[in-house]
Parts: sequence; structure tokens; C-alpha cells
Amino acid sequence: MHPALKGLLSRLGPFLGLLVVIVLFSLPAETRAYFLTYHNFKIILTQTVIVAIGALGMTMIIVSGGIDLSVGSSIAFTSVVGALLIQHGWAAAAVVAATIAAGAAIGLVNGTAIAGLRVTPFIITLGTLGVARGSAKWLADNQTVNYENSPINGWMTTANPFGYSLPGGVWVAILLAVFTAVLLRKTVFGRHLFALGSNEATARLCGVPTTRLKILVYAAAGCFFGLAGLFQLSRLRQGDPTVAVGLELDIIAAVIIGGASLNGGVGGVLGSMIGALIMAVLRNGSQQMGWPTYFQEIIIGLVIIAAVFLDRLRQGRRE
Amino acid sequence: MSGLRLVGIRKSFGATRALASVSLAVEPGEVHALIGENGAGKSTLMKILSGAHRPDAGTMELDGAPYAPESPHDARRKGVAMIYQELNLALHLSAQENILLGMESARRGWIDHRASRERARAALAQLGYGDLALDRPAGACSIAEQQVIEIARALLAKPRVLILDEPTSSLTQADAEKLFAVVLRLRDQGVSVIYISHFLEECRCVAGRFTVLKDGETVASGAMADASLDRIVTLMTGREVSDLYPRGASHPGASVLEVRAASRAPRLRDASLSLRAGEIFGVAGLIGAGRTDLVRSVFALDELDSGEICIVGSPAVRANPRRRWDEGLGFLSENRKEEGLMLSQPIADNITLPKMTSFSRFGIVSGARQRAAAGRWIGALAIKCRDAGQPVGHLSGGNQQKVALARLLEHPARIFLLDEPTRGIDVGSKAQIYRIIGELAAEGKAVLIVSSYLPELLGLCDRIGVMCRGRLAAVKPRSDWTEEEIMRVATGNA
Repeated sequence: MHPALKGLLSRLGPFLGLLVVIVLFSLPAETRAYFLTYHNFKIILTQTVIVAIGALGMTMIIVSGGIDLSVGSSIAFTSVVGALLIQHGWAAAAVVAATIAAGAAIGLVNGTAIAGLRVTPFIITLGTLGVARGSAKWLADNQTVNYENSPINGWMTTANPFGYSLPGGVWVAILLAVFTAVLLRKTVFGRHLFALGSNEATARLCGVPTTRLKILVYAAAGCFFGLAGLFQLSRLRQGDPTVAVGLELDIIAAVIIGGASLNGGVGGVLGSMIGALIMAVLRNGSQQMGWPTYFQEIIIGLVIIAAVFLDRLRQGRRE
Repeated sequence: MSGLRLVGIRKSFGATRALASVSLAVEPGEVHALIGENGAGKSTLMKILSGAHRPDAGTMELDGAPYAPESPHDARRKGVAMIYQELNLALHLSAQENILLGMESARRGWIDHRASRERARAALAQLGYGDLALDRPAGACSIAEQQVIEIARALLAKPRVLILDEPTSSLTQADAEKLFAVVLRLRDQGVSVIYISHFLEECRCVAGRFTVLKDGETVASGAMADASLDRIVTLMTGREVSDLYPRGASHPGASVLEVRAASRAPRLRDASLSLRAGEIFGVAGLIGAGRTDLVRSVFALDELDSGEICIVGSPAVRANPRRRWDEGLGFLSENRKEEGLMLSQPIADNITLPKMTSFSRFGIVSGARQRAAAGRWIGALAIKCRDAGQPVGHLSGGNQQKVALARLLEHPARIFLLDEPTRGIDVGSKAQIYRIIGELAAEGKAVLIVSSYLPELLGLCDRIGVMCRGRLAAVKPRSDWTEEEIMRVATGNA
């Protein structure tokens, strides 16, 4: 095969995966009428927002050779923080800033501990997974945090079946994806992340400030996780400290399905976004097929393995 | 007929012809040196012999019977064992467990400890290492011992042919000599040894006969004693040896780097030197003598316990690698894969990493300008690659090293710290790197070279310093040194 064509195919890999999943769900009689409608896609996109925004932060971390297991807890923590602030009568804009700052704070702790203590990210973030979850429950007094009303509640709604406009959350996710793609591919910060993930010793030798970069990437990703927490809050219309348990695994899966390598140095925003969409489409389609949730879990598990296996095949052949 | 015979072996991968016509004959009880530049086809030939690939054409015979291994496992069963350059040991398991891995003495799944011990001991004794501690984890053994463990493992299968690929590349001189003794011992026991090495002097020490490969063909073979090294190099490269170290007269200028009483536990003690512009300064010494520690400390990759490093013209403040690049230094790591290069990243990124910001405007990096800069070096250094976007890991060792060097040239550095700049690369690339180093000195750049390969230090440097136990024991002009004298000082017999 021509190398350019091959390169194109390998770049389109996740796209093809998404297409296959969509086609498969639009064929059966049970789903044919509804699955391919605009309204259903509006729902799918809205359901993708939280995982997608999380995956943007996670892509940066995984490209830099790290991992963050505390994302689900961070989302719960920041959504509780947001709900409490709304209770206290803060304006929407201030709540947004505060949740992002809360996420960034957790990321800063993660990054500083990883770079300062020189303990692997897996262990540090496994620890903060517990710390953030516990803190969320503590702050919320171990119950959901309810509030009267807030404009934030409207940012994830798909309630109007006749409306064509996408909810605000979707637009935010799309804009952030473009921003992150440029950040990763075109800026010195982004290129240094690839260097760090590909070979930390080389990065250090070449004068890349590796310690600062590690702290920065977790803090920056933390901003994304804080924002994901905000949209979690918007979706539930309450702060729930027990929400998003295990969501970090969905987010990591999206990034990996999108072609990133857990060894670092490889990955991209477009792939991760498609990975997030593939998972949302699978969930949505399975629901419409009337499959029980355990069946969805099995399918998504198999898709992760298949995606990474296919990627391995593709890379193996290239060499 | 006994021994290993290969006639007219051919092998292509797609459109690339790796082997055009290779013939090789190795007698039992013979050490046979297989010599050739990187890309000459040695690896492919070894993969065919060890069963990883099958030839497209040609005949292979082992002790008179056709030899056509289906897989590496099959090759081992038929009596051909291979020891790779990168050792394959389970570092957490003991020496004994490593030797017997996959061939444990067992009864119904239970390890027979006593029988295992005896077999491991016997294999080690065969190599003259009968006293090696069997219970020690392999990771706690020296590199030389690890290699012996790996050879002992191969011996359990009673090989008739043993292939050693660059066995001394990470050994000290003393350990290398012990390895030669092991090889000769096996030879005397009737094993055919195929010995692959870039060090021709070493092939001469240990091998009786040689075969030279060039561009996938056997170009010569014969008795080692009948061929001079110069002749072999000429056969390998098609180039005369006198071209290898092309150095005109040098004109050293002012001092640019001063190291005063640099110490760093445990290996660097009280080392001092001064490096001048336009000078090539060689640092010789045994592995572990503190040579690498010295250059790493100069580049601020390691911190000194005491002493001082002064870059002339720069304020003496706490340094880091970033600062060193800004001061005009460049560092080439001895370890390309682990430290020197980002193997999964494009050539362009590898070359431009230290000065990424200068390719950016308003924080946005211009990939086109990076690739253009890399393209110039790909042309100037004749780096064989598809384009500047190709991952460095896809290139051969020599071309990888040229990319690593191009990073310093692109910066551009004025003080070059080169740690083992020609380790594990072919003679053609070596000659090219020597030429570049010579040109750098002629342009007034200062070059500090650490090398274990004495001929290159003697061929290239203006002054040579020898390190012994952390000290720079003696510094003299090149003309005052011989290989013997350097080794005498390096081993502390001064």
C-alpha cells in the first residue's frame, strides 16, 4: 500500500470505528426509526460532554507519560463545591471559576506530589482518588447538595425535543477540543509534553524543565476536570459526592481507543474525542436495543481491548 | 562434512534486498568473526541462522545435514544458539533460575532443586565461572556475569554453533578479556562460535577466521592471521583507513571550560581540566573510572558534591542543562536509546528540542521551519531516512547517532561534550563523525570526547587525559601517548 494512504488510514482508524458502530446501530429494526435522528445525536453529544472534557485533560497527561486515576473523585468534589457555592448565592460566573480552580488545585497537588516525591503517578493519583472522594463527602455532609435554581442547570439540557440548538456544554467541549489540539500540537508547551512522555531523560538533557512541566500538566488537566465537574453538576442539578465513581476509567478508555499510548509520547485530541463518542454511541445504542446495562459493560470492555489490539497490529506492521 | 555451511543465501523484504548472496563456512572448534558495517546484512543473516527468518534461496547445512530451522526454538533444538547484544535476563530471578529458565529440572511440576543446581553449576564450570553465586539475583550481578549467565543458559541445550552479537559492547577491558577466555574455552570444546563485533582488534584476538559482508554479499573470507586490520576495513567500507582520522594541524585558542577539583560520590574525585577553543580533548579510562560522571557534571545533569565548573564568560551560578545549552554547550549521551533520543518522535523534534522556542512565534511552533532545519542536517550528514517526520526509532544505529549529533550542531554549540560518540555504529558513520569533529575543531569549537576506543582517541585528539578511580590521572599531548601507556595509567599502574 502507498505510505501516504496507509498513514491516512491509520489516522482515520478511530473514525472508521465510530462509523462502524453508528452503522451497526442504525440497521436493526428496533432502532432504525430513531437512532439516526438529529435529536438522538443531540442526546449522544450531550452525554459525551463530561467524558470528552475529561479526556482532553487526560490526553495531555497520558501524552506526557503520566496517568490520573483521581478524575472521577475530582469531578464529584468540584460538583459538590459548585453546588455549595450556588447554595451560598454565588453568581454563575463565579461558580464556574471556582469549580475550575478546585479542579486545578487537586491537579496541582497531584503534580507537585508526583514531581516532588518522585512517586509514580499511578500511586499518587490512586491516593488522591480516595482523598478527593472523601473530601467531597465530608464537604457535602455525606448527602446530596440541593439548591433552588441556577442558570447552570440549563447548560446540559436536551429537554426540548423540537429545539435544534445544541446545549451549551456541547459547544464548550468542541471549543476546548480545538484549543487543546492547538495547545498540544502547535505550542512549545505541547511539544515539550510529547518530549517528556517519549523520553524523560532526553527531555531533561535537552533543557526541558521537566519538574515544572509535570506540575503544570496535572494542574492544567485539573482545570478540565473541574469543568467536567461543573457539567456533572449541571446535568444532575445537584451536587452529589457519590457521582462519577470509576469515570476515570471511561475517560482513560476514550483516550486509549483514540490511539494514545500509556507509555507516553503518542496521542491526540481528535482521537480521544472520537474515543469518547464511540463509547457514548455504544451506550446510547445499547439502551435503545433494550440491552441490559451489564451487557453494555461487556461490550465496552471488549471494544477497549479490540481498539488497542488493532492499534498494535497497525503499528507492528509499520515496522 | 561437519560444521556450518551456508551457500548463496538470499533474502528480500518487499522491495528491499537484505542479502544478495552470502556464503559462510564455520568449522567445529573454530571462532569465526563476522564483520561488516551496519546494514551490511549481519543481523538478517543471524536471524536466518537463528530461525527468525527463512531465506528466499540458498542452502544451509549443519554437520552435513540440511539445516532449515522453523523458529528460534527449533534452531536451539538443532544446535544453534544465539546471544543477543541486549541481554535477556529476568533480573529479579536468581542466576540459577535464569540459567534453567524454560528448561527446569522438575518432577510433576515441582522443581528438583538439587538437580537444577548441579546442571547450572556444570554449565558455569564449563565457562570457567564455577564459583559464581547461584542464588544471587541476576540484577545484582555485573554485566559481565550476566553475560556469562546468558551463555550458560545457551550451553544447557548443548549447542554446536554459538552466535555472539557484539558481546563486549558494554564490558570493561578486563571483563572483555575474561569473555575471550570463555569463548576460547568453548572453541576448545569443539563448539563453532560466530563472533560479531565492530571492534576489529577484538576479532583479531579471538577469531581464527573471518568473513566480511558488504551490501548483503560475502566479499571476502580467510584466516585472521593473513589479513591486516587496514585490509579488513578497506574490504568493509571500500575506503582506505588513512582517511578515517582526517585531522589537519590544530590551533588551540583561549580556555573556554575550566573544571576544578570536581568531586561527586562515589565515582568522581578531585578531577580538574581545562578545555581550549579549537581543541579536541580526549578522556580515556576504564568504565566506572568516572569519565561519564565528569561530563554529566559539566553539563549539570548531575550535581557536584564539591569543586567548581566554570564556563569562561558566564557567571558561575547554580547551573542546569537549560542554562548549559544557553551558554553554548551541547551534550551527546553515551546511551542513545535510554537518554539520547526520543525514539518514538520525529527526527525534526529530536534535533530541535533544545531550542524549540526559537522555532515559535507567539507560542506557536512552526513545524515547517523545524522540518526545514532538520532537512538541512539530513542532507549535510547524509542521514538515511524517509523524511524529517520519520520517528528516530526507525533509523539504524549510525543514523540515530547522526541525529543526536545534529542536535548539537543545530543549536549551535561551541563546546561539545561527546560521551562515546561512536559506540555501536558502523565504520562508515564513524568516519563521518570523525570528519565532523575535525571540522568543528578547525572552526574553533572546543570538543571533549569520552571514549573506550583508544584508536579513535589517538587518531583524533590534541590532548588526552586518562581517568583512574575518579581522578584525571594524567593529561598529555596525543603524541606522548600509546595504547599501552593509556591502559597502564587507566589501570592504576602508573
